[in-house]
Amino acid sequence: MDAPSIHGRLKDRFGEKIVAFQAEALQPWAVVAPDVIAEVAVFAKSDAALAFDNLLCLSAVDYPKEDPPRMEVVYHLFSYEHRHKFVLKVHLPREGAHVPTVEGTWAVANWHEREAYDLFGIVFDGHSDLRRILLPDDWVGHPLRKDWVDPDFYNGMHVKPTPQMAERAMAGEKIGVGPFDFTPPNRHVDE
Amino acid sequence: MSNPAYGWRVDDIDTDEMILNMGPQHPSTHGVLRIELRTDGEVVRAARPHIGYLHRCFEKHAESVDYPGVIPYTDRMDYVASMGNSLGYALAVEKLMGIEVSPYVQTIRVIMAELQRIASHCIAVGTYGMDIGAFTPFLHLLRDREKILDLFEWTCGARLLYNYNWVGGVSHDVPDGFVKAVRQFLREFDAITYPEMIDLLIKNKIFIKRTAGIGVCSPELAVSYDLTGPNLRGSGPPRDLRRDEPYLGYENYEFDVVVGEGKFGPRGSCFDRNWVRALEMKESAKILHQAVDRLEKMEHTDVHEKVPKRVKPAKGEVYARSEAPRGQLGYYIVADGTGINPYRVKVKSPCFTAMSIFHVLANGMYIADIIALIGSLDVVLGEIDR
Repeated sequence: MDAPSIHGRLKDRFGEKIVAFQAEALQPWAVVAPDVIAEVAVFAKSDAALAFDNLLCLSAVDYPKEDPPRMEVVYHLFSYEHRHKFVLKVHLPREGAHVPTVEGTWAVANWHEREAYDLFGIVFDGHSDLRRILLPDDWVGHPLRKDWVDPDFYNGMHVKPTPQMAERAMAGEKIGVGPFDFTPPNRHVDE
Repeated sequence: MSNPAYGWRVDDIDTDEMILNMGPQHPSTHGVLRIELRTDGEVVRAARPHIGYLHRCFEKHAESVDYPGVIPYTDRMDYVASMGNSLGYALAVEKLMGIEVSPYVQTIRVIMAELQRIASHCIAVGTYGMDIGAFTPFLHLLRDREKILDLFEWTCGARLLYNYNWVGGVSHDVPDGFVKAVRQFLREFDAITYPEMIDLLIKNKIFIKRTAGIGVCSPELAVSYDLTGPNLRGSGPPRDLRRDEPYLGYENYEFDVVVGEGKFGPRGSCFDRNWVRALEMKESAKILHQAVDRLEKMEHTDVHEKVPKRVKPAKGEVYARSEAPRGQLGYYIVADGTGINPYRVKVKSPCFTAMSIFHVLANGMYIADIIALIGSLDVVLGEIDR
């Protein structure tokens, strides 16, 4: 099936819940309302004409400059039986984003969703084990968001020297303890 | 039944479950992986992999450098098969920009990708043997992998992380006499490496008894967890992107897609996954024979001919995948059309999905077989954690 007919089939079943369709893109996508994404996933897998048995990739993208600012979750689907592909997108608000999980349909989504939660802070409702996956459990914040600012400290350790620290170090003061000594690398240039 | 000398009865022995931590520095976890096992005696009741020890913020870095600058970072994901990573990225950006490279560059890329596949499978099969007690095949396979690294070093100066596949071309043309050297390598591979590996390891009765019948994965389970590459083919489905969605002109090469046959037990066992890797090396050699023949007769073009001066794709996004040695490596790249940095790069790594099925396969296994299972999935932690 080509992309317009896949979209047509989804549209027939879900009507207004398929919000938009972009056919001109390199890989056409459809935007789905967040509350029905789990049902769309079940339908896309179980429907004989679609038979999307493989979730290729689940990624999150942050768009703070769009109007309105939004977060996207992108589902790349593939059918081993029919050899066709399709892309589903879900638009979420940037703050307090949450969307139903699809791990019941494609088991691989479990880890992909944990990754999206870890790096973007998107909460997947109904997920069986929503913990951080790549970052340490005590990490604060979600670094792949576009408004992320590197913290100065992690567990009391200097992660990044502040301008004030750099100034003090340039003045000859010893900053930090042990392996976290901060000495500007270009000090010899000034001396 | 009691033993007065020790003051306890057999009935008193508690059979509580025990938590056993394997890793993060266990020699057979193929990197810095920690596995939390809940064991009942020798039997694993639940397994929980903890990843992230090797996380190097690849996706965050990729947003802060320009498109060609991402390529060295991709090399460092799966450091055992760097050529495959940078090839996947280059193909994705080329797809986004609509660049078509010349047949000469395509053939060079095929040769490098297949040499890398053999080198990567040498490590995979060799270390798998070593994990479960066969040390000699590892040495033999590493010896022959060196020959491939020598070829890479001769071409681009690096032995492990190459930065070879560029957007729109490759970094260096192959040197004079390269075709002859590859032929020499293939002669040695066909005559020595491959038969040796089969005799020493794959047809070894102890090895077969140790691996056939454990870690059995059904095709449906494999597809649901998005297993790809040798892990999927070990379960039966003959899915290979080089055959199904050819890129780089793979449709013009003759090769077989090897699948697990379940010769010594149920299909989809640890033995089958490893068997697919071993036999795939032969198929890669077959492709290499054809590719060097073509390269010799082909008209040479400048390998930098299509390399753009400034890589700045128009607004758009692409998900492109290629068959890396460990399975399908996918890149999801979003370009915003204004900056020279990628807006977002997401990597779907085959090892990541292979690790996510681990807790299903490990359930009910013996602790000793866990090692055999990790090795058969052939994960590289650099690519899982990125």
